[in-house]
Amino acid sequence: MLQSFLQNILNALQWGSFYSLIALGYCLVYGVLLLINFAHGDIFMVGAYIAFFVSMVLLGKYGAMAGLPGWLVLTLAVPLTMILTAVVGVTLERIAYRPLRRKGVNRLYVVITALMCGLILENGNLALLGASRKSFPTLIPVQVYTFFGITVTNIKLMVIGVAFLSFLLLHFIVTRTKIGMAMRAISYDRFAVPLMGIPADTIIVFTFVLGSGFAGLAGLFFAMTYPVIDPYMGALIGWKAFIAAVVGGIGSIPGAFAGGFLLGFVEIMVVAFFPSTFRDLIAFSILLLILSIRPTGLFGVARRTKI
Amino acid sequence: MKRLTVPALLAAIFAVLLWATMTGVLNAYWQSVIMFMGVNVILATSLNIINGNMGEFSCGHAGFMAVGAYVSSLLSVALFAKSAVFGDPLLSPDLAVWLFPLVLLAGSLAASVVGLLVAIPSFKTRGDYLAIITIAASYIVKSTIENIGVIGGARGFMGMTGVMNAMNDTAKLPWILIWVFLGTVFSVCVIRRFIYSTFGKGVDAICQDEIAAEIMSVNTDRVKLVAFMVSCGLAGLAGGLFAHILGYVNPGTFTILKSTEIMVMVYLGGMGSLSGSVLAAILMTLLIEYLRDAFGFINTFLHYISVIPDSYEVTQVWKWVLIPLLLVLLMQFRPEGIMGRRELADVFPGLRKFYKFKG
Repeated sequence: MLQSFLQNILNALQWGSFYSLIALGYCLVYGVLLLINFAHGDIFMVGAYIAFFVSMVLLGKYGAMAGLPGWLVLTLAVPLTMILTAVVGVTLERIAYRPLRRKGVNRLYVVITALMCGLILENGNLALLGASRKSFPTLIPVQVYTFFGITVTNIKLMVIGVAFLSFLLLHFIVTRTKIGMAMRAISYDRFAVPLMGIPADTIIVFTFVLGSGFAGLAGLFFAMTYPVIDPYMGALIGWKAFIAAVVGGIGSIPGAFAGGFLLGFVEIMVVAFFPSTFRDLIAFSILLLILSIRPTGLFGVARRTKI
Repeated sequence: MKRLTVPALLAAIFAVLLWATMTGVLNAYWQSVIMFMGVNVILATSLNIINGNMGEFSCGHAGFMAVGAYVSSLLSVALFAKSAVFGDPLLSPDLAVWLFPLVLLAGSLAASVVGLLVAIPSFKTRGDYLAIITIAASYIVKSTIENIGVIGGARGFMGMTGVMNAMNDTAKLPWILIWVFLGTVFSVCVIRRFIYSTFGKGVDAICQDEIAAEIMSVNTDRVKLVAFMVSCGLAGLAGGLFAHILGYVNPGTFTILKSTEIMVMVYLGGMGSLSGSVLAAILMTLLIEYLRDAFGFINTFLHYISVIPDSYEVTQVWKWVLIPLLLVLLMQFRPEGIMGRRELADVFPGLRKFYKFKG
C-alpha cells in the first residue's frame, strides 16, 4: 500500500513537472504583459517537433551528417531545441502581438490573436507534416532502478530534476537580476517604465525567449518520456497547464510551479483510485472548487481596483 | 404599417424557404447549410451577450450547447421514438409536433441551470480567472457525458431521426427547418429585447465600469446571473436544434474548437453588436462551406501547374489554418470587427424607420 502510494507520488512528480514547465511560460508572459498567451501549449508542441527533427538530424537519420552518440545528441538537443523554440515564440510576438500592443487596442484582441496563432501552429503542422504520429528516437537507453519496490527510470529522475532546476533558474532571474527587476517593473506600470529609460520591448522579447525556451525544453523531455508526438499533443496539455498556472495564482512564479505539481498530483491520484475516464472530470471539479474559494488562486494577490 | 416590415420580411423568407424545400428547389445540402446558419446565428448572438456586451471572456460556450443537445435529444427520444435505450415511446408519436418546442425548452432550461456553474463564480471573479472557469465548466460537462455509459458515453447518442420521422407522419413538412427558423427568430428577438431593456442596459454598464455601475444602483450580481443564464440557455436551444439536424450527438463535437469557432463569429461581427453577430455567423457558415469546395479546386490547380510535389495533397486541414489567419489579420487591421459596437441601423440610418424600437 505504502509502496504503491510512493510510486504514485513519483509518477505525479514527473507528470506535474511537465505541467509546471509549461505553466512557468504562461506565468512569465502573463506577469509581464498581462496577456494570456494561448499559443503557449502549441509552442510546446512545436518544441517537441523541433526536438524530433534536431535529434533525427544529429543522429544521422537524414544522412546530412554522420551520426553522433545518443548522450551527445541529448546534450546538443537541449540548447538547440530551446533556441529554435524561442525563435518561434519571439516571431509570434513580433508579427502578431507587438503591432497590436503598439496600437494600444483592448487586451482582449491580443488574447484572441494568441488563441488564433495557436490554432495556426497546430493545424499548419497537421497540414504540412500530415496526421501520422511520429515516434521519437531513443537518445539514452532507459535504465530502471528499484528501491524498496519502487521503480524509477533515469528519464523520470531527469525530468523531475530539470523541472526543479528550471524553476530555481527562473525564480533567480525574476527576483535577483536587473532584467528580472525590469520585468516586474513592466508588470507594475507599463507606461512609466519607458520613461525610466528601460527598453520595454527588449524586456518583453526576453520574456518570450525565456517562456518559449522552457516550453521547448518541456517538449523535448515530454517526447523522450512518451516517445510518440502528434500535432494535437499541445492543445489539451496547454489548457491544463494554463489552469494550473491560474490555480497557483497567475503571475507568480512559485504559484505556477506549485499549481503544476498540484494538478499532476490530482490527476495521478484520481487515476490511481477511480476509473481513468474520471480524470478530467474530477481534476477540473477540484480546480473549480479551489477557484471559487480563493478567486485569485493559491499564491495570487488580488489587485485592488481604484475608483 | 412600416413597423410591420420586419415581421413581413421574416414571414416572406419563411414562406420562400418552405416552398423551396417542398418543391425540391433547395437540395438537401443547401437545406443543411441554411439550418447550420440558423444554429450558428443563435450561438453567436448568445455568446455575444457575455463576450460582447458584458465584456467577459467566456471560452466554454460549446459545453452549454452540449447540455442542451443531450437533454433535448434524450427527452425527445424517450417521449416520441422507439429506441434501444428507453424502449417504447412514453407518449404517442402523434404528439411530437406539438410537444417538440417544449422538449427544446427543457434542453435550454437545463443548459441555463448548468450556466450557474459559471454565473455564480462570476460574482467574485472577473477576466482571466472567469475565462478559466468557463473552460473548466465545459470540460466538466464533456467529461460527465463521456462517463455516463447509459447514454452512449464517448460513442455518442442517436435516435433523433425517429422523432423527425414521427413528425413527418403527422404532416409532410420539413419540420426541422421550421423549428430551426423559429428558434433563430425567437433567440434574436429575446436577445434584442433583453439587451435593450432597462435591466439589460446593466450588462453594458458592467462592461464599461463595474464599480460605477454598482454605485449607479445596478444590481451587478443579478444582471450577471440573468445574462449568463440567458446566454447559456440559448446555447442549449442551439444545441438541441443541432442534435436534431444531425440526428446524432457525440461529446467529441463540443470541444474547445467548437467554442473557438463561435468566438470567431462574435469577434468577426464586432463585440456587442447583435446584427454584427448575425451577419458574421451567416458569413462564416458560407465561408466554411465555400472553402470545402475551394480546397479541392486549389489542390487540382496546384498539381496542374506542378508547384507542389505529387505526394502532397492540399486537404481540408488548411481550412483551419486559413480561418484563424483571417481573424489574426482582422485583429491587426480592423480589430473592432465588421460592425464595431454599432448596429445595422447605426450604419444605415435609413433602415431605422422600418422598425420601431427604442435603441
